[in-house]
Amino acid sequence: MELQRVSLAFGGLQAVEQVSFEVAKGAIKAVIGPNGAGKTTLFNLVTGFLAPQQGRIIFQGEEIQGRPAHRIAWQGIARTFQLVQLFDHMTVLENVMVGRHRLSRSGLLAGALQFPWTRTEEKGIRAEAMEFLEFVGLANRAQQPAAILPLGLKRMLEIARALASAPTLLLLDEPASGLDAVETERLKDLILALKDRGLTLLLVEHDMGLTMEVADEIAVLNYGKLIADGPPRAIQKNPEVIAAYLGTDWQSQ
Amino acid sequence: MRLSRFLNRWVLYALAVLGLALFLRDEYSFTLLNFIGIHALLVVGLNLLLGYAGQISLGHAAFFGLGAYTSGILTATYGVNPWLAMAAGLGVSGGAAFLIGIPALKLRGYYLAMATLGFGIIVYIFLNEAHDLTGGPSGLSGIPSLSLAGFPLNTPHRLYLLIWIILGLILALSANLVNSRTGRAIRALHDSEAGAESLGVDTFRMKLKIFVWSALYASLAGSLYAHSLNFIAPGSFGFMFSIKLVTMVVLGGMASIWGSLLGAGVLTVLPEMLTVFHDFEVVIFGAILMVVMIFLPRGLVRGILDLYEFRRYKKKGGHIPV
Repeated sequence: MELQRVSLAFGGLQAVEQVSFEVAKGAIKAVIGPNGAGKTTLFNLVTGFLAPQQGRIIFQGEEIQGRPAHRIAWQGIARTFQLVQLFDHMTVLENVMVGRHRLSRSGLLAGALQFPWTRTEEKGIRAEAMEFLEFVGLANRAQQPAAILPLGLKRMLEIARALASAPTLLLLDEPASGLDAVETERLKDLILALKDRGLTLLLVEHDMGLTMEVADEIAVLNYGKLIADGPPRAIQKNPEVIAAYLGTDWQSQ
Repeated sequence: MRLSRFLNRWVLYALAVLGLALFLRDEYSFTLLNFIGIHALLVVGLNLLLGYAGQISLGHAAFFGLGAYTSGILTATYGVNPWLAMAAGLGVSGGAAFLIGIPALKLRGYYLAMATLGFGIIVYIFLNEAHDLTGGPSGLSGIPSLSLAGFPLNTPHRLYLLIWIILGLILALSANLVNSRTGRAIRALHDSEAGAESLGVDTFRMKLKIFVWSALYASLAGSLYAHSLNFIAPGSFGFMFSIKLVTMVVLGGMASIWGSLLGAGVLTVLPEMLTVFHDFEVVIFGAILMVVMIFLPRGLVRGILDLYEFRRYKKKGGHIPV
């Protein structure tokens, strides 16, 4: 995945300005920066929830900027949301089953008439969804409504649901926000497990401990501009990043 | 275990329908049952749209009217076979829903409500004004009854089985649908359009599909209505009827297939039983809508179950789960 000089302004506010960076296949890239730096906007641009005014977003050799979100999902880019977007009235299992949407094909008529192949497909969807729940440790809650899960588990469910769509690139928008230390530790293990599965990850995260531990590369945004891009060690020492975001504490550690 | 429970429901439905056919004698009961069946068809369709997909339609009576008038005009004026006319009605209503849905479903909430309301009013005015075609406000008469393999379905008793078999099939199709891939996508976009989009669900297309699908149910109900009464007039397809349908959905329970049958049943029987309804119909429907929304937001069946659970929890001195 590659961003080439991507820009978007909301009225007079330049939310993202001429941002270019690459995410290597199979790597974990983190985007950090102060609040309002344009991180979530950047996510929305990559996932099709917003269209850039300038620049190109290239995924697997194709320009994808400006395509609607559902089409970008079909290309193998999945995401989670800073404010979780679960389907509250559906069960935990059903949430993940929706994740299989792009990998199954029965339409409205087939669903209503329940052809033999529809049932076979449905069984497959159910079994696969269950595997993803097991992977994030939610199998025992499969039949509960998603709404009643505590936040930490909601974030896990959202990840399971995104994984169910078999993405090659997964974007996690502040997955650790609202999690306690134990949950954050579990999240870290999960992220590393995803990397082992060969997934490419793009991550927005405020928890610097987590970010520094899991990220292969870090891009730093400030007021919509990219001010640094490189491996965690280099970022920690970058004076501009320290001034804008990290603060001096990070030098001494 | 789930399969056996599922089967039992349909067996019960079939037994109840057959039982009533055998034990009821008077024509009036069958007329009433036929109305319940026709209303239930409409309510299940509207519930798919309103309860499951979360998209409001305040113009659903228009699709009912389009089905009824297509059937009525083609059979009474042009002598077309009623079954073919019914199919044509599906085409007209489905086509209208498709064309209206494209701009309307880009709107949300109040705006969608206003757009569908406007559509309902346009169709109502059209039915009143296109005298040559529809007979205008005085209605369209001489609509022939349906017949099946040479057997005329010209009494309420005879029509009853047809309507309730069709309703049974529609209930089954709908129950299947909501637990299928498309049904899940539709329920998903109700809760979070962003979440659904992020997983590859084309939310606009899904809304359009279910809008057309529910218009087809309404059209089918309209055709059956026209052939059972042999006479139709625009008054049956106005705004008030759309509101009645919404009230039936809410009373029966949003996102509940079987609740739709209950909602249609209660609000078809009550006005017949209580003469007070004739003078204050609008007021009473409004009151029912308000009371249910405030006190039983999940509908009659689940609302009463909730109250029961609430009491049990209270007796045990436990906390109420939120």
